Amino acid sequence: MSEYILDVTDVDKNFGGLQALSDINLRVKEGTVHAIIGPNGAGKSTLLNVIVGRLAPSRGRVLLGDQVLTGKEPHEINQLGVARVFQTPEIFPELSLLQNVMVPAFAKREGIFKMNFLSSLFAEKEVREHAEHLLEDVGLLQHKDHLAGSMSRGDKRRLELAMCLGQQPKLFLLDEPTAGMSRHDTNRTIDLLKRIKERGMTKVIIEHDMHVVFSLADRISVLAQGAIICEGTPEEVRNDPRVKEAYLGGETV
Amino acid sequence: MSNTKIVSPKKDMIFMAILSVVVLTMPIWLQPFGAAYPDLMQKFMIFGIFAIGYNILFGLTGYLSFGHAAFLGVGSYTAVWSFKLLSMNVIPAMIFGTVLSGLFALAIGFVSLRRSGIYFSILTLAFAQMSYNLAYSVLTPITNGETGLQLEQADPRVLDRMSGIVDDGSLPTPNLFGIEGIGYSGFYICAALMLISFFIYLRIFRSPFGLKLRAIKSNQNRMGYTGFSTRPYLMTAFVISGMYAGLAGSLLAVTDPLAGAERMQWTASGEVVLITILGGVGTLIGPLLGAGIIKYFENIFSAFNDTVLLNAFSFLPDWLAHPVASVVGLFVGEGWHLTLGLVFMLIVIFLPGGIMEGITRLTRLVTKRDKAEPKSEAHETKEKEQTSAGEV
Repeated sequence: MSEYILDVTDVDKNFGGLQALSDINLRVKEGTVHAIIGPNGAGKSTLLNVIVGRLAPSRGRVLLGDQVLTGKEPHEINQLGVARVFQTPEIFPELSLLQNVMVPAFAKREGIFKMNFLSSLFAEKEVREHAEHLLEDVGLLQHKDHLAGSMSRGDKRRLELAMCLGQQPKLFLLDEPTAGMSRHDTNRTIDLLKRIKERGMTKVIIEHDMHVVFSLADRISVLAQGAIICEGTPEEVRNDPRVKEAYLGGETV
Repeated sequence: MSNTKIVSPKKDMIFMAILSVVVLTMPIWLQPFGAAYPDLMQKFMIFGIFAIGYNILFGLTGYLSFGHAAFLGVGSYTAVWSFKLLSMNVIPAMIFGTVLSGLFALAIGFVSLRRSGIYFSILTLAFAQMSYNLAYSVLTPITNGETGLQLEQADPRVLDRMSGIVDDGSLPTPNLFGIEGIGYSGFYICAALMLISFFIYLRIFRSPFGLKLRAIKSNQNRMGYTGFSTRPYLMTAFVISGMYAGLAGSLLAVTDPLAGAERMQWTASGEVVLITILGGVGTLIGPLLGAGIIKYFENIFSAFNDTVLLNAFSFLPDWLAHPVASVVGLFVGEGWHLTLGLVFMLIVIFLPGGIMEGITRLTRLVTKRDKAEPKSEAHETKEKEQTSAGEV
């Protein structure tokens, strides 16, 4: 086992003539929080898409521990222990909150496919209690029987967090988990994410909100025009002149 | 019965018991509606099976198949062949009909499920039309083409002859160990099968598997990032619903041992879509209601003819009675599909959730009015009402 849980080596991604990612190298140590920042269109989401298997890289490879992720389907990559929250929450709008959290819990237990069509959902007490516990964790327990589609955007985000946490992933990818949240909700999410950090879950987080980035991240990579221009601790990144020029536009953080 | 609650098996058993009583007493309570004759009630049961099976696919996964009549046809042909070659007993006919339809669904599903949405619908439609045309042309040795597959005196019926059932010179009828497949006994055979099918269907609805199917309908993208491969789930749902259609098809052959290709035509596929939407897609009992209502009105409306209509309007002066009768005549008899189309349009526009949505709205209206009235009454009664409303 290598000391890095995520190992992205020499990844390129071209869309026709456009080079969205060039020569990306990213290593994330187990149990740390790694933030990726950068201006719009820098390729942050593309990088996440390559890691979770939504996009195949044009060159290079992605490892999770010792396992190669490149070329695998998204559901296989998830089964290996990679969970992701999306920029726009991807939930099951027509199911209740409780059911939303139960589905990933079944995936964790049953694997890619299981034909258990004669067993009873009611008898799955363990899964249900686990799901209730997760909803409590994100503060949504009192709404557990509501339709997920009827919740506010911030609640949907927290629901998605609970869904992913229920799988206890080895690597948790978060694409702007606090975008569109009020300051109050943002702080609650930061608290929640800090608590997960204590549990030793590795996270890669894309975020625009510097308050979130600097209160969570152990290391930061700065992405601009498809390339990583700087990597280091928050302190190093904050003082790097290249970052100020490319991303912060000379502003002080 | 709302889909967001996890229902206890106990409640489901009570529900099953009520449904069984309602179904088995149909010959009594359908009397005043003039629908208590076995032929029609058998149709209710058979199309009920067809529709609930279809609902497993369309209602749970959201995949709209436009070719389910192909499985109905395969079930019918297989059942008639089983009558011809093996035995007039309905059990082998049903088993072979269901299994063969399942295999057929496996093949069609394997190709069709590579696509979703409208492309899936078109693929299934294409397969069903292909089967229909094959039944008319190259497969004539198996399907007997336009005449349809019929029983004959000289059929081998190997098992029947072995067990010493004597030929009495007339065409034998399908039976269950001597119990006739037509008439009231036939209705009870169909009713029992419908209840068994419904029980399995209920279990699927209440299982983790059913939850995952609904999750696929709700957000297939998230399903992939949740670690499920959606194809095998969709495949299983497709095959199960194909088997339900096959069972329905073989029961059609039990009530009338003649299988024709028109059973596979696209209008037959369309009918089950209509039944499901009319009753309420994705609801437990909606498809059963839809099947009952459509088959009932089909029966009533198609029985009208010009003479009946003229008699009905005989109170009008002659010069008026004829035009009125001919206008109304467009909507009944052969033209009953016109009425059906109109009703369907109204339902889709005003009640997209079908009859079940109508019922839910009505109950909500009634419980709301109840709640509004006893405002000043004690706190306790209010609480009770709230809990009962919650159960609805």
